[in-house]
Amino acid sequence: MQGRWKDSIHLIRPAAVFLAGLLLFLVVRAYIVPPTFGQYGHYRGAVLDEVRARPVKYAGQETCAGCHVEETEVKGKGKHATVACEACHGPAARHADDPGSMRPMKPEGTALCAGCHEMDTAKPKWFRQVNTKEHMPGMKCTECHAAHSPALH
Amino acid sequence: MMTPVPGVEGFMYPNEVELQWSLLIVLYPYITGLVAGAFILASLERVFRVKAVKPTYRLALLTALAFLLVAPLPLQLHLGHPERSFEMYLTPHRSSAMAMFGFVYLWYLLVVLLAEIWLDYRADIVRMAAVETGWRRWLYRALTLGSMNISEEARAVDDRVGYWITIIGIPSAFLLHGYVGFIFGSVKANAWWSTPLMPIVFLFSAMVSGIAAVMLLYMAAMYMQGKKVDMLCLDTIAKYLFFVFLIDFSLEMLDLVHRIYEADESFRSLDFMVHSRLWTSQVVIQIVLGTCVPLALLAAVLVWRFSETARKRMYVAAGLLTLVGIFAMRWNVVIGGQLFSKSYLGYTSYKLDFATREGLLPAIVLMLLPFAILWALVKLLPPWKPEEGDRDGVCPAAP
Amino acid sequence: MDATRRQILKGAGLLLILGARANPDAAPEAAGAAAEGAYNPHEHLWGMTIDIEKCIGCGNCVRACAQENDVPEEYFRTWIERYEIEGGDLEHPKVSSPDGGKHGFPPSSETTTKQFFVPKLCNHCQESPCVQVCPVGATFDSPDGVVLVDESYCLGCRYCVQACPYGCRYIHPKKMTVDKCTLCYHRITKGLTTACCEACPTQARVLADLKNPADPVHVFLRENKVQVLKPHMATRSKVYYRALDGAVR
Repeated sequence: MQGRWKDSIHLIRPAAVFLAGLLLFLVVRAYIVPPTFGQYGHYRGAVLDEVRARPVKYAGQETCAGCHVEETEVKGKGKHATVACEACHGPAARHADDPGSMRPMKPEGTALCAGCHEMDTAKPKWFRQVNTKEHMPGMKCTECHAAHSPALH
Repeated sequence: MMTPVPGVEGFMYPNEVELQWSLLIVLYPYITGLVAGAFILASLERVFRVKAVKPTYRLALLTALAFLLVAPLPLQLHLGHPERSFEMYLTPHRSSAMAMFGFVYLWYLLVVLLAEIWLDYRADIVRMAAVETGWRRWLYRALTLGSMNISEEARAVDDRVGYWITIIGIPSAFLLHGYVGFIFGSVKANAWWSTPLMPIVFLFSAMVSGIAAVMLLYMAAMYMQGKKVDMLCLDTIAKYLFFVFLIDFSLEMLDLVHRIYEADESFRSLDFMVHSRLWTSQVVIQIVLGTCVPLALLAAVLVWRFSETARKRMYVAAGLLTLVGIFAMRWNVVIGGQLFSKSYLGYTSYKLDFATREGLLPAIVLMLLPFAILWALVKLLPPWKPEEGDRDGVCPAAP
Repeated sequence: MDATRRQILKGAGLLLILGARANPDAAPEAAGAAAEGAYNPHEHLWGMTIDIEKCIGCGNCVRACAQENDVPEEYFRTWIERYEIEGGDLEHPKVSSPDGGKHGFPPSSETTTKQFFVPKLCNHCQESPCVQVCPVGATFDSPDGVVLVDESYCLGCRYCVQACPYGCRYIHPKKMTVDKCTLCYHRITKGLTTACCEACPTQARVLADLKNPADPVHVFLRENKVQVLKPHMATRSKVYYRALDGAVR
């Protein structure tokens, strides 16, 4: 029995090397895992706030309406009531934060109108469409329609 | 109406045009397959007492180690952020098959391969620590881990422990490669990959490639040392290769027949792919040249009598074709699974670069690296006694 | 505290590489966002409704998304597909999505086929295959039901891209980490709608808070026949389509 122990004792050495490695790993792991990991689930909890902190570029309809009362009222009564300002004028959060720093774009009418209203059989039937080549050729849409409330004026 | 995108035919979801997993990811299952296969061949002698393959026992272990050391490199090279890969050990996601790779890998490397090699070579290491000079002496002394006890009793203990490690090692080798198959087989979004047969097909093809590789390496090593090849050993390995290959081929054909007969929503798309973009690599290289021809060669040896020289030549041809065929199989799984759209309405193509991070050049280097490591290992831990190359040339204390 | 600990580690020479890694939690902007907020993620469950009958394929959503989220060229967090189906041949629809529909579609005058547009985005699945396969917890399902990516933790292994049945993920060519729709998490947690919904002129897409009893989504789901994409994938998608054709995949 004693001889057997003596002749197996060398096996302790590789086992000790493995255990030391494992221990080192566990110690390092305890220090290096991000502190908020596991706060909500198997991920870094702090990332939620990091993603939230990304900059907003589209200010949102309510923000536009806060200042541009007249335009909002006109638009609200017409066919474009559901179209948000920034759908045509582009992202304007910088303008909302500091109106002087940047002016939202004033789109060129006809091309913008065609982007939605050009005749296309793939578009739903209820949606008003025109063939811009046949429908008053050579004229600008805005000569007859106001962009904010496009019924004929 | 269709806007032509280069290399794209039909409709792909716009983010699908670019392939995600490249040639390097083809290498990864190929290399781990060689590891698992070589180890299983080694365990034949140890656990199942197939005496005839004894001359390849240590070579198979060293081959497995050399390839295992290289196995994570293609993955590492492929990552967008290789410096973050240790996160897999820090915060492994238990539901991810990939997260388990690190642990299976370490378990296999440390607990199975290194332990088994150390126990088997311990007597030689202690002997060389006494005989050698210079840095080699220090290296061997470090490798003894400070124990010089190589009494008959101590060797008997080593052998007993080594036996049990091999027994643990067989399911571990199965796990290592079966799990690689699971990584692909469990992706339900991908019809080409998603099959429960994937792990088992990967496992058997791993054994096929590993056995073929060790068989070729053994012949090459004997040839380079000007020694005589043990024909009984070679014939036995070839026989195992044949039977394992037959199982592998049956499983793959079962998968194929099943797909054709069920013909689910993905079938038309995949069938077209096999008949067009994958025709050469799948049908010509993998099935005909890489499977049918070597199977026929190996079967011929079992049925008819051939001279020793003829047999050797047939084995070399069968072995090489097998390795090419299994590589093609990995290619067809990994690359093939990304050529078709998940909408089943179109196909993209894979453009292989040369000297880029995931190009052909690093792939060639990664494929040569295990051979360089193996060469160094064979120098450091000779698998055969210096003066003999035959079946007596194994560890003297082995039973 | 943490910094000194790690310096001790470094001093001891333990795994220098690991020690050198910057702690992503130390990001300064994190504190700022937290201070802003009464937002409690456990009180919301975000999704979206898409009405195929309202989509005109104008591409406003794709452009707005790209602007709001700095989406790199040729990659898409949202995109529009145009379907064209001949008779009952649901198996072989003609589908196109030139540049993701970013600049709209060339108008068609074909009247013998059925045509319509399908806007797509991340489905923010409740059983997300992409979250399941992430090896490190770099992509996850937030408490309010948004599938997000931790850019500072992602390895770029691309397994999640393979696992997504809908093609919603890509590798950001500069960051080399995975990128995808966040459902404008930085907007919806501040009371705004997503950029795509903001820009949609017909309200074809509408953000939905499934935990808010006052949200119109409940009426929408009650009064319409709805479907999710690839229901056989059983991912419990939270993007609900009205009038979705069987040919859509």
